[in-house]
Amino acid sequence: MTYIAKPKLHHPQLATNTLGYTRRDYEGTVSTLCAGCGHDSISAAIIQACFDLDLPPHRIAKLSGIGCSSKTPTYFLGASHGFNTVHGRMPSVLTGANLANRDLIYLGVSGDGDSASIGLGQFAHAIRRGVNMVYVVANNGVYGLTKGQFSATADRDSASKTGAINKDSAIDMVSLALQLGATYVARSFSGDKEQLVPLLRGALSHEGAAFIDCLSPCVAFNNHAGSTKGFDFIREHNAAVNQLDVMEPRAPITASYPPGALETIEQHDGSVLRLRKLEQDYDAGDRLSAMTYLQERAAQGEIVTGLLYLDQKARDLHENLGTIATPLNSLGDAELCPGREALERLNASLR
Amino acid sequence: MPLERINDFVVRFANVNGSGSASANTLFGKSILRMGVPVATRNVFPSNIQGLPTWYEVRVSEAGYLGSRGGVDLMVAMNPQTWDKDIASIEPGGYLFYDSTRAIPHDRFRDDITVLGLPLTEFCAREYANPRSRQLFKNIIYVGALAALLDIELAAVEKLIGEQFKGKDKLIEPNIQALHMGAKLAHEHFACPIGLRVRRADKIGDRIVIEGNSAAALGAVFGGATVCAWYPITPSTSVAEAFQRWSKRFRVDPVTGKNRYAIVQAEDELASIGMVVGAGWNGARAFTSTSGPGISLMQEFLGLAYFAEIPAVIMNVQRGGPSTGLPTRTQQADLLSCAYASHGDTRHVLLLPEDPHECFVFGAQSFDLADRLQTPVFVMLDLDIGMNERLCNPLPWDDTRRLDRGKVMTAEELEAGKDFGRYLDVDGDGIAYRTYPGTHPTRGSYFTRGTTKDSRARYSEEGKDYIENMDRLMRKWDTAKTLVPAPILRPAKTPTDLGVIYYGSTGPSMDEAADLLEARGIHVDRLRVRAFPFPAEVMDFIHAHERVFVVEQNRDGQLRMLLINEGEINPAKLIKTVHYDGSAITARFIVDSIARAVAAPGRHLAA
Ligand SMILES: Cc1ncc(C[n+]2csc(CCOP(=O)(O)OP(=O)(O)O)c2C)c(N)n1
Ligand code: SF4
Ligand SMILES: [Mg+2]
Repeated sequence: MTYIAKPKLHHPQLATNTLGYTRRDYEGTVSTLCAGCGHDSISAAIIQACFDLDLPPHRIAKLSGIGCSSKTPTYFLGASHGFNTVHGRMPSVLTGANLANRDLIYLGVSGDGDSASIGLGQFAHAIRRGVNMVYVVANNGVYGLTKGQFSATADRDSASKTGAINKDSAIDMVSLALQLGATYVARSFSGDKEQLVPLLRGALSHEGAAFIDCLSPCVAFNNHAGSTKGFDFIREHNAAVNQLDVMEPRAPITASYPPGALETIEQHDGSVLRLRKLEQDYDAGDRLSAMTYLQERAAQGEIVTGLLYLDQKARDLHENLGTIATPLNSLGDAELCPGREALERLNASLR
Repeated sequence: MPLERINDFVVRFANVNGSGSASANTLFGKSILRMGVPVATRNVFPSNIQGLPTWYEVRVSEAGYLGSRGGVDLMVAMNPQTWDKDIASIEPGGYLFYDSTRAIPHDRFRDDITVLGLPLTEFCAREYANPRSRQLFKNIIYVGALAALLDIELAAVEKLIGEQFKGKDKLIEPNIQALHMGAKLAHEHFACPIGLRVRRADKIGDRIVIEGNSAAALGAVFGGATVCAWYPITPSTSVAEAFQRWSKRFRVDPVTGKNRYAIVQAEDELASIGMVVGAGWNGARAFTSTSGPGISLMQEFLGLAYFAEIPAVIMNVQRGGPSTGLPTRTQQADLLSCAYASHGDTRHVLLLPEDPHECFVFGAQSFDLADRLQTPVFVMLDLDIGMNERLCNPLPWDDTRRLDRGKVMTAEELEAGKDFGRYLDVDGDGIAYRTYPGTHPTRGSYFTRGTTKDSRARYSEEGKDYIENMDRLMRKWDTAKTLVPAPILRPAKTPTDLGVIYYGSTGPSMDEAADLLEARGIHVDRLRVRAFPFPAEVMDFIHAHERVFVVEQNRDGQLRMLLINEGEINPAKLIKTVHYDGSAITARFIVDSIARAVAAPGRHLAA
């Protein structure tokens, strides 16, 4: 297994963003995943979203756990620092990294085994602390890397490739994230770039715990008849509640939509989210009704996708801890060490 | 014959947990210190909050011996539950002080001790209307009585009361009154003082009194730690609590009122070490505090941090046994689980502080070492030094000292074209340069993972890349030997081929034991080991002696195993001298063990 660098030659006609970067500048090394794996489409969507938002690649830190999905950070954002941590424990590493430098954008990429099985606890606690991050779970219902065992998101009574039936109930990460206080919650499908890229852009500009559950079929172990996480099944049962569009900060709304169907939401950083409602009753600003809606639709066998919840007044961990604006990792000796005089006074008080 | 001793005796208080006795007992100990006489105090407490027995031991020692002595000269028996055991622990000729309000049958006393009974409860019931006051003032009243019995200056106690209640001035007067009532009561009942006496001396100098956990946390503040992630566990909890307290005092930005630190109480120890690793990777100085069970949970991350070369500080306040073990007793039993923590070929730096002074020094230094060596560093405290206030040298700081961030390549260096390879050994010391995330737009980024990498952090499963990396880590280990605190040698007054190696909280008892052994004509050279890996002097010391006792507080002789393993030492040469009942090791124990071994026939030639 060796590392394959992508040729760096820039095509003169490649489009650049306002930073002068091309899409290529957001890519990583060549993927080693199975051809057709859903995870590769998520990598492509991340590349697109970061390019679209003009994010300087080196100001993003990408972290992952262990699994095929957790390997993907090598395949995007080659100029970013990345950290392939341990199985199920990426959330704590990301939390610590975020505490050290609040100025970077933190992108956590994980799998359903990584986050719903071994790492359920760390997932839950990172969300409830409101760590400012984008947390993407590439959800295929199986452990891809260890060859197809069920994960905790596998639906009850769904069949594995070898014919085994899963008898345990499934963990729905979106419901969990809502209950735990995530302030941006979405579900999407790796096969729907039109939906996924804007959702990633919205999440990247969100200042709080943003979670995206992205269904991402495993072509090697979970794309057969009887699977509820394969391409065909998801396409047949996908019920999008809205279509998101992210606009530049304070840009005027130009596109025309039928009246009443368009909602604009301004986020902390000033970016404006434009939400085109596909389901008139669905209110992405109401956590409680979102939870009810999801349960009802799930009972009917539907996979609800779209921007499911957004809290405009999100608070993050740093706000809760009252940390200073300067990143902690850049504080110097003078700001950190009280010095000898203070210590002498302290010594005197201990006699 | 009743014991006659000046400035050299042990008082033990037997109390019920939660009865408010702790502050009265502390007052007692401190007042002796204020008379210029060294004392060593120890809490023995159960793993619950209220209702169970607790003991507080005050060793008065003008000679300055601060280790646990063993035995009790004056027992202050305030807990009927533990009465029989408490009475049995008094040395022949010793004294018993107790509350005589309720009659105790004659056969529950001893004939060879002096019994001093005062009807404290009855007296308080008469003096105070409110039950809470009765309980609290009873504690001060017995301090007053003891002051009279032991000839402690009431003025010294009064001054301490004044300091203790500063700001709550209304409480000063009633406490002083209670103190005097106690003293008067004692004078009315007994001929004061008794054979045990405190006499003013001048043996404290500029020394201070502080708990090791608090000092280690202060070391973290001075050492520049900004991120603390932890999970509560006795006896380490007070490290994180102290870090919070010191940070509030020293680390709040005066202009904005915002914090220059972040403390997270994690959901478990896996998460606390994960956060420390994440923060360390991202260039902040980060630490966790824990105890043995927490170390067990951290194993996987410790391996990752070792192989990915991420600075991290772990303050391990050791205690006895497993999760349901002896959480409130002391031991040095995590050496092996920390030294070789995790899977794969791993080895970690351990610092072994002797007292709160060294907890502070090593607490600060651990962050420099972690950054310099880019690896986890353990500060190995234990309950004995962590949770007891201990007399120690004042905490030192040199203002010319700068935080050593180790080899970090800057944006300017990258911009100027300096070659960056995350795991390239450019200087031959095994330590490579790292970059903080976000440093430069196009240079210096890398992907962090375990061992599937080459020297430029590119994915590689090649055997030769693996070996190259592992061998470099050993070069780094050799560099560590030159950077960690050197051992301290205390040669015997007479040349000897007997050596003793010891570490951590065993220090004071070992120093005392050496004096006692010398008085018996047994001479030992002493080496106090202060870190793992062992600097060259440690093996030189072993080679220079015929037999070396390794004195420690665990069953298996864990330091001895490390010495045998790392130095390829003949095990017969290193004599296991271990104490592991959960109480602090005593000079008596060490003296007995060594004297017995020296006297044993046939053992002389063991080499
Ligand atoms: C502590 C630990 N246990 C087990 C493994 C083995 N393991 C590697 S990946 C994986 C499952 C990954 O599943 P998921 O997160 O769903 O990722 P996918 O491969 O499906 O994308 C397991 C069990 C491990 N790496 N570490
Ligand atoms: S095994 Fe499944 S998840 Fe892993 S790369 Fe192949 S298709 Fe993707
Ligand atoms: Mg999976």
